[in-house]
Amino acid sequence: MKRKLTMVQAITEAMDQKMAEDSRIMLLGEDVGMNGGVFRATEDLLNKYGANRVVDTPLSEAGIIGAAIGLAMNGLIPVVEIQFLAFIYPGFEQIVSHAARMRYRTRGQYHVPLVIRTPYGAGIRGPELHSESVETFFAHVPGLKVVAPSNPYDAKGLLVSAMEDPDPVIFLEPTKLYRAFKEEVPEELYRVPIGKAKVVRQGTDLSIFAWGAMLRVAEDAAKQMEREQGVSCEVIDLRTIYPLDRDAIVQSVKKTGRALVVHEAHKTAGMGAEIISIINDEALIYLKAPVKRVTGFDVPVPQFSIEDDYLPTPARVMNGIMETLTF
Amino acid sequence: MLPLYQVLTPEGELAQDIHGSLDEATMIKMYENMVTVRMFDRKSINLQRQGRMGTYAPFEGQEASQVGSAMALAPGDWLFPTYRDHAAAIVHGQSMARVFLYWMGHMEGSLSPKDLHIMPPCVPIATQLVHAVGTAWASKLKNEQQVSLAYFGDGATSEGDFHEALNFAGVFQTPTIFFCQNNGYAISVPFSQQSASKTIAQRGAAYDIPGVRIDGNDIFAVWMTMKEAKERALAGKGPTLIEAITFRYGAHTTADDPKKYRDQEQVAEQWRRERDPIARLRTYLERSGLWNEQKENELTATAGAKIDAALAEAESYPKSRPEDMFQHVYAEPTWMASEQKNELVQPAKKEDIPA
Ligand SMILES: Cc1ncc(C[n+]2csc(CCOP(=O)(O)OP(=O)(O)O)c2C)c(N)n1
Repeated sequence: MKRKLTMVQAITEAMDQKMAEDSRIMLLGEDVGMNGGVFRATEDLLNKYGANRVVDTPLSEAGIIGAAIGLAMNGLIPVVEIQFLAFIYPGFEQIVSHAARMRYRTRGQYHVPLVIRTPYGAGIRGPELHSESVETFFAHVPGLKVVAPSNPYDAKGLLVSAMEDPDPVIFLEPTKLYRAFKEEVPEELYRVPIGKAKVVRQGTDLSIFAWGAMLRVAEDAAKQMEREQGVSCEVIDLRTIYPLDRDAIVQSVKKTGRALVVHEAHKTAGMGAEIISIINDEALIYLKAPVKRVTGFDVPVPQFSIEDDYLPTPARVMNGIMETLTF
Repeated sequence: MLPLYQVLTPEGELAQDIHGSLDEATMIKMYENMVTVRMFDRKSINLQRQGRMGTYAPFEGQEASQVGSAMALAPGDWLFPTYRDHAAAIVHGQSMARVFLYWMGHMEGSLSPKDLHIMPPCVPIATQLVHAVGTAWASKLKNEQQVSLAYFGDGATSEGDFHEALNFAGVFQTPTIFFCQNNGYAISVPFSQQSASKTIAQRGAAYDIPGVRIDGNDIFAVWMTMKEAKERALAGKGPTLIEAITFRYGAHTTADDPKKYRDQEQVAEQWRRERDPIARLRTYLERSGLWNEQKENELTATAGAKIDAALAEAESYPKSRPEDMFQHVYAEPTWMASEQKNELVQPAKKEDIPA
């Protein structure tokens, strides 16, 4: 049967269906039980699966993530919700020193099948520290996988894959897209593989790489370029930030000879730098122009009176495309 | 369970003799402040509903805790508020216009008068407690007669930072006052599920810090406890942990719907009826001949005018410019950020694409 879901509904459904299928899965976090999560991603799951499997924890990210590591090492599959990405820092130590390294430290004896879900990103008029996108912190640490869907279909499929992944997955949910639009999502349990990008728009003149909420900005810019200038942009949703889909990146650049990376994270040491480095390594001789980045700036995400000026817009992306094309 | 310290009962009667420790002018000021900040709070919620303000964190019900504690401070004392403690900040000298600006998403909303040590509202839970240890420690090292007062909720006591702050303060005997407003909930999680210890005050014992449990809706109890904590701090006898039992009538924020997890209206109604901090002080003042209907009318008129003036000031504040986000990131802008700023202010011109 066909039905349309928002991204947050698709996320709920992924957890619901996996919990029904696999009794090892449990949810932990602040306000995930009675309240169903502040974005309602765990709505009704407490009623369905009980307080042993959907746990309202004390307000302690180190406690939640640290305990989840122990739960995971001892046979369970915890799915943790951190209320907003910027509130993950009290648990950062647990993620980078322990979740990421347990397999390595124990020479494969123990592993941590853990999913950490958290809303991230700007454009929601949130208060201070509700809009960050610091995916690089996690992509930088060996042992973690980092995923960021851009639509309901992928969100469900990727979250299912994350819950089945034997390694810890940081699952970044673009807050702006939670309820931005609906899309057909199959009722059955399906998987979207981690580590695989998706070409969302074919093109010949230039490749745009994006993820999360920026995917739509990239697509809008591509559409407008096509309409107004007859420029044909290929748009690629990377979907996974670590490990990157190198083949998809290289293949596209070989075809178009030009590339642009769009991300809302700060520019310096953002993932754009890594993507450009891959292109330099693997496709330099195919390039007709330097690869450009259109990103958030090297400033703290500002409060919402000028938050939109921080974010890449289709206009900024189009400028980037122009610069690349006219190099 | 630790006993609950109370001076002014919910019926508006004195539970102990306060002769000589609290004068009438202070009592009236307490009342005026509480009424004013309650009006401010209600106004803010309305503004949010009208779309003139962003998400807002209300505090109605907690006025005695915030007003009473902040009134016990001297101008030089340090104040570390959370996102819910704008009443305390206003009482300590923050302008209401700034508080409006903050919730309207303006970068300048966190500025406070230079000579007052009012920190910006702290959004991450419990992190400011450690700072309040640091500023107090510095005051002690510099021999300055100042205390640092940090506000936090019951949920905050689960974070590591809470324990680290208490431990440091105990070890270094810093003049820090840890003021917990235990309003019974951390968003949806009730205190019984937050902590297995019956009280927060008792946790002081683990760090050898005096822990006091008080009626947070009793402004006299708040004020007297604060006075004592301040005296102890300034006499070099170290920190105090205060747990004020109170209740927030409204939602966690204007973006939250408490119907999901608590019997909001019924409980709030009961607290309003039986324990409201403003009503009980008004009863006491009226019985003492210090307050009447006419004074009440005058107060609401002046407070309303002040709030309106602050709102007008905030709404006529110049719009933030995009380039403002590049200010104050470093003392000197980096080349990266400077280039990015130029790109934002003067985007590259669209040129025709060569055929
Ligand atoms: C480190 C961190 N984790 C989570 C949050 C999200 N959050 C904001 S307020 C809140 C509840 C705080 O409860 P409490 O400390 O009791 O204070 P109250 O809001 O009741 O005044 C939570 C979980 C946050 N701001 N910071």
